[in-house]
Amino acid sequence: MNLKPQPFRHNNCGLIDRNTTMAFQFDGRTYHGHAGDTLASALLANGVRLLGRSFKYHRPRGLLSAGSEEPNALVELRTDARREPNTRATVIELFDGLEARSQNRWPSLQFDLGAINGLLAPLFGAGFYYKTFMWPAAFWERVYEPLIRRAAGLGRAAMEEDPDSYEKAWAFCDLLVVGGGETGLRAALEAGRRGERVIVADEDFRWGGRCLAESTPVDGLPGAQWVEQILRELAQLPEVMLMPRTTVFGAYDSGVHGALERVSDHLSEPLPGQPRQRLWRIVAKSTLLATGSIERPLVFGDNDRPGVMLAGAVRTYLHRYGVLPGERAVVYADNDNGDVTAANLRAAGIDVAAVLDTRRGASVVRALGGTALRGVEISEGGRTRRIECDLLAMSGGWMPNLALATHHGSKAPADTGTRHFAVPKTQRKCFVDFQHDVTVDDLLLARQEGFTSVEHLKRYTTLGMATDQGKTSNLNALAIVAEAAGKALAEVGSTRLRPPYTPVALGAFAGHHRGRHFRPTRLTPSHAWAEARGAVFVEAGNWLRAQYFPTTGEDDWLTTVTREVQAVRSGVGICDVSTLGKIDLQGPDAVAFLERVYANRFQSLAVGRCRYALMLREDGMVMDDGTVARLGPQRFLVTTTTANAVGAYQHLQYCHQVLWPELDVQFISVTERWAQFSVAGPNARQLLQRVVAEPMTLENGAFPYLACSNFILRNGTQARLYRVSFSGELAYEIAVPADGGEALINQLFVAGEDLGVVAYGTEALGVMRIEKGHVAGNELTGHTTAFDLGLQRLVAARNEAVGSVLARRPALLEPTRPQLVGLRPVNQQQRLYAGSHFLPQGAANTAQHDTGYVTSVAYSPSLGYWIGLGLLERGPERHGEVLRAVDLLRGHDVLVEICDPVFLDPAGERLRV
Amino acid sequence: MLIPCPYCGLRSHEEFTTLGEAGRVRPSGDDLQAFADYVYLRNNVAGRHRELWFHAAGCHAWLTVERDTLTHLIHGAWPVNETPTSEAHTGNEPANEAPAP
Repeated sequence: MNLKPQPFRHNNCGLIDRNTTMAFQFDGRTYHGHAGDTLASALLANGVRLLGRSFKYHRPRGLLSAGSEEPNALVELRTDARREPNTRATVIELFDGLEARSQNRWPSLQFDLGAINGLLAPLFGAGFYYKTFMWPAAFWERVYEPLIRRAAGLGRAAMEEDPDSYEKAWAFCDLLVVGGGETGLRAALEAGRRGERVIVADEDFRWGGRCLAESTPVDGLPGAQWVEQILRELAQLPEVMLMPRTTVFGAYDSGVHGALERVSDHLSEPLPGQPRQRLWRIVAKSTLLATGSIERPLVFGDNDRPGVMLAGAVRTYLHRYGVLPGERAVVYADNDNGDVTAANLRAAGIDVAAVLDTRRGASVVRALGGTALRGVEISEGGRTRRIECDLLAMSGGWMPNLALATHHGSKAPADTGTRHFAVPKTQRKCFVDFQHDVTVDDLLLARQEGFTSVEHLKRYTTLGMATDQGKTSNLNALAIVAEAAGKALAEVGSTRLRPPYTPVALGAFAGHHRGRHFRPTRLTPSHAWAEARGAVFVEAGNWLRAQYFPTTGEDDWLTTVTREVQAVRSGVGICDVSTLGKIDLQGPDAVAFLERVYANRFQSLAVGRCRYALMLREDGMVMDDGTVARLGPQRFLVTTTTANAVGAYQHLQYCHQVLWPELDVQFISVTERWAQFSVAGPNARQLLQRVVAEPMTLENGAFPYLACSNFILRNGTQARLYRVSFSGELAYEIAVPADGGEALINQLFVAGEDLGVVAYGTEALGVMRIEKGHVAGNELTGHTTAFDLGLQRLVAARNEAVGSVLARRPALLEPTRPQLVGLRPVNQQQRLYAGSHFLPQGAANTAQHDTGYVTSVAYSPSLGYWIGLGLLERGPERHGEVLRAVDLLRGHDVLVEICDPVFLDPAGERLRV
Repeated sequence: MLIPCPYCGLRSHEEFTTLGEAGRVRPSGDDLQAFADYVYLRNNVAGRHRELWFHAAGCHAWLTVERDTLTHLIHGAWPVNETPTSEAHTGNEPANEAPAP
């Protein structure tokens, strides 16, 4: 390998592995670093100090920090489908082949045309969006927003699908230690020795926190050695789990914490079978926040020049990464960190030009330079002078990192240690929030304009609203505002930090729930069979149901559905209805229970008979419908609609456990236990007779309409038969245990071949139910009563039945209510559209003339024209009336005749043959 | 949020669905007003509140869960018909302002 030198790498200090060299690219140029580097430290070792352009003014920016609080050094990482914008160079673990790019600059990082924004700064003060782009309003979407988005973009997201996978996991512990620095590791050891189950999580890839960054010994050992020693001890404790590269990003209720483990981000791509990241939910009996502190920047003119860094970060680069962040340094602090940093720099051989301490009356007025720091202008003893330097290490003291504590709603305690906050008088920009380019002037302007509450100030200036959530800026902003208001810091209050602590990819929250796995897919027992027949499927909740079965030459769904309907009405067809909710209900009080949860009576239902059943909500609206079959004196099989299967079951449990626990009844959902097929059409009996074993006979006398029975198939399978009909034809529903479903449908099709048996799907099912005027989901909207649907005769006046009292409210029995009607076009060539509204002829298309709407439509192959169902005010009185069915959205206006909702065989003779 | 299901142990709230205020008594008789109050009126307690939760992805039990609506702190969970009485039930609302059952 042709290695280029790393000119700013220290000869011996640092915890990097100098034997492992890695090549990487930044803005297309190749550099080298070592294992243990971050992208930031490796760039710094190569003398690359300009890493990006700022959000608003496109100012040149370098590294401010060495950790996850970094506001400046945001880069685009990786390429193509794995390209990720806005990653912080300070936390990217270097790997061989890493490719990164600077952001928000054009044409290049050194020369960025967008920097002209800096000259237009008077336009871009606090609230400039609201002031500048006021007029004309239509310009927002077409002109301003696209312009602003292009100018203020922070990197580009990948446009391809994410090739990586993400996992989710739960973990439980007695003690969760957040942060693997000195405090965290000591706490873990102590709790671990007591035998507690401990999880220690740290966002870093190396344990030790500041132990790795300071020259101060710990327990008499160099920091890194002390860490190695305690890690060896922790490894002996089986109940202590160490989770490096894991950010605890949120603290939630009941001790639940969200954490993101970066399983593969330190590799060029995940190893086979490994996820990129893992989203943990860690449930902890108690939590220790050993999250350390974040150093405060100092505020002065042009304090964002590349080369102005936090003093703690300077020490980190020096001690942990063996990197010299500059050649000639000025140290500037309002606390003891200044002297410490100066000593460390000198020890590493860096020339320290000055140590400025505000407590000794010295301060920096402004930084000098453009894309790199060239010096500082300082004020000392009332005099101003300039010092040349390429590094300014600054420290405004440390603030405890309390983000996770505030997730629970607790406010950060007032920082009593905050010193007087002096902002120098300068014409230059003094940045407070580096990532969102918010300056001292912006804060003062916002205050002047009346945004005095810190919450308003935050939203108006966008301070602290960037992806770093103001980790380095919030406290400084509060101090400046407090100063301007002449208040103590505690009085101005503070804004709340919210999860996530650092950005989390949406992919991690989605986990495996993407694409088709977004939710589970439920397949019917005949799915494979239907697929082999070329069925087109439709989603019904989680189910995939066969919608229709096109055959050769059919290129239009209507042709197929029409054929299927005609085949059923003239011969026999089979449809998988296994998706209907099925509840097996048993017990001495089963009848009493059913008579409370359904509006109907069941006392009179004989064993071996079925009944259509209507379930009401307590407010009197129809909740669901289905059939109740009495399999024995104390045993019933209840069906619900496909859509309401879960809700109806839950409601029955509510009725039993909460309302009437004294009723002796037990029930369970058996929806997925049974494969159930509707066999419908004039030839249905003939077909079924061929598969049932002797002596079962399906003759009308032995097995009439609404009969039900257990029986045995010729091949010995136990089965159930219900003579119910949704299509209006002679029909049966045959059920076998689910794993026998595919065999049964094959058997039925073999047995029915000479009868011309067809498969039909949910479309044909829908057409036939509309022809028969049966209500379904489109009519059971939750706003309709039994009265509205013409089912009032089913509702017995019994107070104990759910919904029966409120269904009797006078207003719900008014004839003016929209009620079920049928409709057909006056001109039979015309098509009908569901959702059209009923308007009188000659009336204006306004809401005041609206008298109802069309709920369901279908082309009726039996009648040869389109038909529909609808809810129409005074509907039952208006059969024969001609109205308009108007759909303004899609531009349809059709004359329709109102009629009885039952279009076919109103006497029901076909289903009783 | 975790709910201590008396049958299944501490489980994530995602396994449950909720139906709001617990302890409401369904009227007998056919008084429309009593039924309307039962169906439509709810106490909206700021503080400790007893609610009905259904362990849909677990044991299928309807539970009374006492939860503080201000802090999400859970003070207990019981099968509905084994729920102990509690003064905390009416929350911080004066008893005389509670709607008639």
